[in-house]
Amino acid sequence: MALIDRLKTVLFAAASFGLCGVAYAKDGQPVPWQLGFQPAASPIMQQIESFHTYVTIIITLIALFVLALLVYVMVRFNERRNPNPSRTTHNTPLEIAWTVLPVLILVAIAIPSFRLLFAQYDFPKADLTITATGSQWYWTYEYPDHGITFDSIMVPEADLKEGQPRLLTVDREVVVPVNKNVIVGVKANDVIHDWALPAFGVKLDAVPGRLQTTWFRAEREGIYYGQCSELCGRNHAFMPIAVRVVSEAEFDEWLAKHKASAARDGVSHVATAQD
Amino acid sequence: MAQSAHAEAHHDERPYGIGRWLFSTNHKDIGTMYLVLAMIGGIVGGLLSMGMRAELMEPGMQIFNNPEAFNVLVTAHGLIMVFFMVMPATMGGFGNWMVPLMIGAPDMAFPRMNNISFWLLAAAFILLTTSLFMPGPPGTQGVGAGWTVYAPLSTKGTPGPAMDFAILALHLAGASSILGAINFITTIFNMRAPGMTLHKMPLFVWSVLVTGFLLLLSLPVLAGAITMLLTDRNFGTAFFDSAHGGDPLLWQHLFWFFGHPEVYILIIPGFGIVSQIVSTFSRKPVFGYLGMAYAMVAIGVIGFVVWAHHMYAAGINVNTQAYFVFATMVIAVPTGIKIFSWIATMWGGSLTFRAPMLWALGFIFLFTIGGVTGVVLANAGVDRSFHDTYYVVAHFHYVLSLGAVFTVFGAWYYWFPKMSGYMYSETTAKLHFWLMFIGANLTFFPQHFLGLAGMPRRYADYPDAFAGWNFVSSVGSYLAFAGFLVFLFGIAQTFARRERAPANPWGAGATTLEWTLPSPPPFHTFETLPRVK
Repeated sequence: MALIDRLKTVLFAAASFGLCGVAYAKDGQPVPWQLGFQPAASPIMQQIESFHTYVTIIITLIALFVLALLVYVMVRFNERRNPNPSRTTHNTPLEIAWTVLPVLILVAIAIPSFRLLFAQYDFPKADLTITATGSQWYWTYEYPDHGITFDSIMVPEADLKEGQPRLLTVDREVVVPVNKNVIVGVKANDVIHDWALPAFGVKLDAVPGRLQTTWFRAEREGIYYGQCSELCGRNHAFMPIAVRVVSEAEFDEWLAKHKASAARDGVSHVATAQD
Repeated sequence: MAQSAHAEAHHDERPYGIGRWLFSTNHKDIGTMYLVLAMIGGIVGGLLSMGMRAELMEPGMQIFNNPEAFNVLVTAHGLIMVFFMVMPATMGGFGNWMVPLMIGAPDMAFPRMNNISFWLLAAAFILLTTSLFMPGPPGTQGVGAGWTVYAPLSTKGTPGPAMDFAILALHLAGASSILGAINFITTIFNMRAPGMTLHKMPLFVWSVLVTGFLLLLSLPVLAGAITMLLTDRNFGTAFFDSAHGGDPLLWQHLFWFFGHPEVYILIIPGFGIVSQIVSTFSRKPVFGYLGMAYAMVAIGVIGFVVWAHHMYAAGINVNTQAYFVFATMVIAVPTGIKIFSWIATMWGGSLTFRAPMLWALGFIFLFTIGGVTGVVLANAGVDRSFHDTYYVVAHFHYVLSLGAVFTVFGAWYYWFPKMSGYMYSETTAKLHFWLMFIGANLTFFPQHFLGLAGMPRRYADYPDAFAGWNFVSSVGSYLAFAGFLVFLFGIAQTFARRERAPANPWGAGATTLEWTLPSPPPFHTFETLPRVK
């Protein structure tokens, strides 16, 4: 019975989805029945999105073309309509065409693809540097220029407050200023993890013994969620990543508060996001 | 005179009982055993995927208390479907059965080696299944490191003997495949009937030849890599341990140097199968035969130089990524040639839609979808978003679960009358096809959306926003599994009906040598070599 109810819900949702046909835009996290990317919140993610749209149009046309050909041969050349098969096995111009045309299409994909790839590795001058260190099964963040270090651990379901998404909410978020270039150093303590943030177009493995870097420039304030994206054992699904993007003034205030507490305690310490 | 007649009679005597199977040196019997093993592998691997989809049907943990148990299912599903379902079915099963028949050879070149190939694989399967019940990470059983067993999760991250069992299982499976590959290559190069030149071989034989070389060149690399893994785990070496001068990325390079050719090992025999089926049921010779054969060769060769496209997120140099983007996209060209040549084979043909043809047609379209999403993923820039998400899961299930597996079922219905001597029920076979076609599409198409939305793969639980498409996906997988049960029912039904199959049930389109033999073929065939004009 529960299954049938569930199916009804699905059908209803699918129908209403088809009717309104819009994505329920919500910043920084996925939404039910989402069909596309999360809204881009960084220039790189915007480029990824537009490149993806471009390639998706091409591949959809190719798939539809193949489907149309298949349907045509099935209808036109079935046993009833074409009882006497031809013996044609070669057509050199055609064979050249279906070799050369794909090459041209691939070149048309490759050029913007390389532009996007090199843009991702075109590191701007850093306004803020942080490091993210993956451990089984949480992230540790460090602001090396400000002497701040803290662990960021998933909030269990029982402790969630109203509106906090399950499996994404952490006790201490990374706080970064809006419209600033943030360089992220990614490291790991035990096994490989991966620091990923879909809305920023960032994904980089945290490999033990290596310090690897990526960067983002968040263009809107808000909370952005990501999840560990390299299988790391038992609680792989339970070490989310949360970045709170704030105005520069708020960021300075946050920094001052935590620098002071770090100086007072003699250890780095950051209050929870809820404080 | 009397003596030679006696020897002749003795030679024709069929072994029986356990000796027939355990000590078999007959390519048909060994092929049958491979097919049975593949079926057992398919049942086990399929049940594991049912467990995964049941857990993922709703957010929260419902079936497994321990998420590591889910990881164990993910790992075992991958390894079993690759090594103990698709490979034994296409190469071991249909390869063994049909290659000697199609080239007019009396048997494989090394019949005893053929026997040991099979039994090594059976032993490997037992070892891998045993690993599910051996201690793994504290408090769990089995290997949960994924089929890619990335170090250091597979070294320091997975104490306990389960991983060692899995490594030894892969060693045995690898040795089995290498021996099998040597056997196929030798057979195809040396035992073709007079007149059967390389350029007259059926495309299925070409596909087995190319796959043989891929196995021969890639599996030793896996064997080396997992030996290093074994010594890292047990004997204090540090190949993959950065704390002692090793490098975890070395594992990924070695693994994918094997792993990428491996995915072509899974699909290339399928290319051959589809060519045979499409040509048969169009009643036309294959269009662009040489292009088809050398496209497989090209895919095989390029398949060896694209491995790091699995590692765009691992932190490799941007110029290296650019090279792998380029090389990977090149594969789309020979693949396109194959797709268009299949369609051109049908063009002007006289198509009948028997069950094997349905699977082949389904394959061509779904493999195209999996292929074009592969072109998307080839681009490192956009793979930044897709790496390790469900988009990748959708992509590789479209080329493997709806690609390779569809060709396995196509080959099953195509050659089953030949192998068994009985006709299957067309109605049951078509029901099987439609359930699987609809079910598998329902399972995997929505996973593209999950991947776009950012859902990472190998997750035992997911944020609530992903619930909708996961539910659809799970329902689809149950439907596909129901299709699989229809397949098993169909086998029982066939043996119950005992409807005799003629030597060539497919008519004028079936032109390869196996259709000149009675169904089922005698225990020994082509003792007098046929002449191919």
